[in-house]
Amino acid sequence: MMVEAINVRKSFGAVEVLKGIDLTVDAGEVVSLLGPSGSGKSTFLRCINHLERIDGGEISVNGELVGYRRQNGRKYELRPRETAAARRHVGMVFQRFNLFPHRTAVENVMEAPLFVKRETRAAAKQQALDLLDRVGLADKAAAYPAQLSGGQQQRVAIARALAMRPTLMLFDEPTSALDPELVGEVLEVMKGLAAEGMTMIVVTHEIGFAREVCHRVVFMDAGVVVEAGPPQQVLTNPSHARTRTFLQKVL
Amino acid sequence: MMSTADEPIVRLRHPGRWVAAAVIVFLLVVFIHFVATAPKLRLDLVVGYLFEKSIMLGLVKTLQLTVIAMLVGAVLGTILAVMRLSENPVLRSVAGGYVWLFRGTPILVQLLFWFFLGTVVPQLSIGLPFGGPDLISWPTNTVITQFTAAILGLGLNEAAYMAEIVRAGIGSVDSGQREAAEALSMSPWITYRRVILPQAARLIVPPTANQTISMLKLTSLVLVIGLPELTTTAQLIYGRNFQQIPLLIVASLWYLVLTTILTVIQNRLENRMSRGVRR
Repeated sequence: MMVEAINVRKSFGAVEVLKGIDLTVDAGEVVSLLGPSGSGKSTFLRCINHLERIDGGEISVNGELVGYRRQNGRKYELRPRETAAARRHVGMVFQRFNLFPHRTAVENVMEAPLFVKRETRAAAKQQALDLLDRVGLADKAAAYPAQLSGGQQQRVAIARALAMRPTLMLFDEPTSALDPELVGEVLEVMKGLAAEGMTMIVVTHEIGFAREVCHRVVFMDAGVVVEAGPPQQVLTNPSHARTRTFLQKVL
Repeated sequence: MMSTADEPIVRLRHPGRWVAAAVIVFLLVVFIHFVATAPKLRLDLVVGYLFEKSIMLGLVKTLQLTVIAMLVGAVLGTILAVMRLSENPVLRSVAGGYVWLFRGTPILVQLLFWFFLGTVVPQLSIGLPFGGPDLISWPTNTVITQFTAAILGLGLNEAAYMAEIVRAGIGSVDSGQREAAEALSMSPWITYRRVILPQAARLIVPPTANQTISMLKLTSLVLVIGLPELTTTAQLIYGRNFQQIPLLIVASLWYLVLTTILTVIQNRLENRMSRGVRR
């Protein structure tokens, strides 16, 4: 089991945004999180990477507790450096790309292998060029993010996440900030990853992508999982009224 | 056949600019003529004293004080800024208290305080507090010379201002940058060094150049602890020969030269820092 979340709770001040989420994701599985904005799907995704602290329950990735160490029947919070080390096998792609604007495409991809894994510059560069080639941007290696289109930036961001050789990839609305005609190129790269067997959790509004690529669709609303299952079932024949109302609005 | 669409375009003309430029050039010529022909201005003295030995020594002292005080200020200021933005409430309060104290008291008082430290603390020692035995100790007056007092006064004061400049720079870096670095499993230290500070630097450079140019002239305050730098040296000379204006011109010319050099460096740095920024 790659990801196991049990009764995950999270509040921002007095507002409880996650009200006990249970979810398991197997290795090689592609799962999409669907739901109206404010449903807590992005927050949950960020909890898996401990970018947000959870207030209750627990999440494990590859059998290791995220953000905590279990000892004597308690969960002790990890130091920032330990949390950083635990994130090595989890890649993340953001809605707003978040590329480092002061570094070129190839430097963005090289950064973590160089300064986290302490690889040699030559090895990091070779790997970075291979990854850029894989996302179709071999010719843009020397470009700064500001010189790239949104779709190109997001593909560099995917290459940058892959450079740490993750076993799990998290995508937080990866196409929501893109012009409509650029969405396809990013989804193509993601489809390629899914076909290679990468475990992926994708927060998205792209129903087509969920239907075509995902093994499972999880529909969330108001901080709870309303229903989950194969895309044919959840997207074509939802069993809950809330799912039906949402799908009518987005389709 | 000529259609109206083919008629030539006439750009907006700016006759007022030409008139203004002519007036300014005329005033400049009048001023230069006045300076060159004023017999009591003693331009010959300006030329004579420009490279005079004590002026040169004062200039070197001004440069030393500026460079060292700014280095102390920038390094300590950056540390203070990172402390103020830390999650650790102890670090935050210590840095906040430092900035409060050093920004809140006059720099003149701080300079004098360090210089006269020996009058209240005759021995500087490393040992156990509350009257415990000393391990090493020095007489304060051998440690606190005019120069170290000047560096302490100027540098520690500057650190408080630099802390605020660096804090503003760090605060302007998009929070997504830190998240992206964290998600790539960078440690907090690597995140600061490779992601946050290089981007903050772009915004820190212009106000820091400002502070450096300001420091260049602020160093003349060390006059109060008897350290002769450029301005003080000029004053010492006109105290003897009563040629105030020529010697003040000598000092001003050197400040202008140094400021010009600093401005060039600032422009170079700004160009370098703007890598990847769309203009």
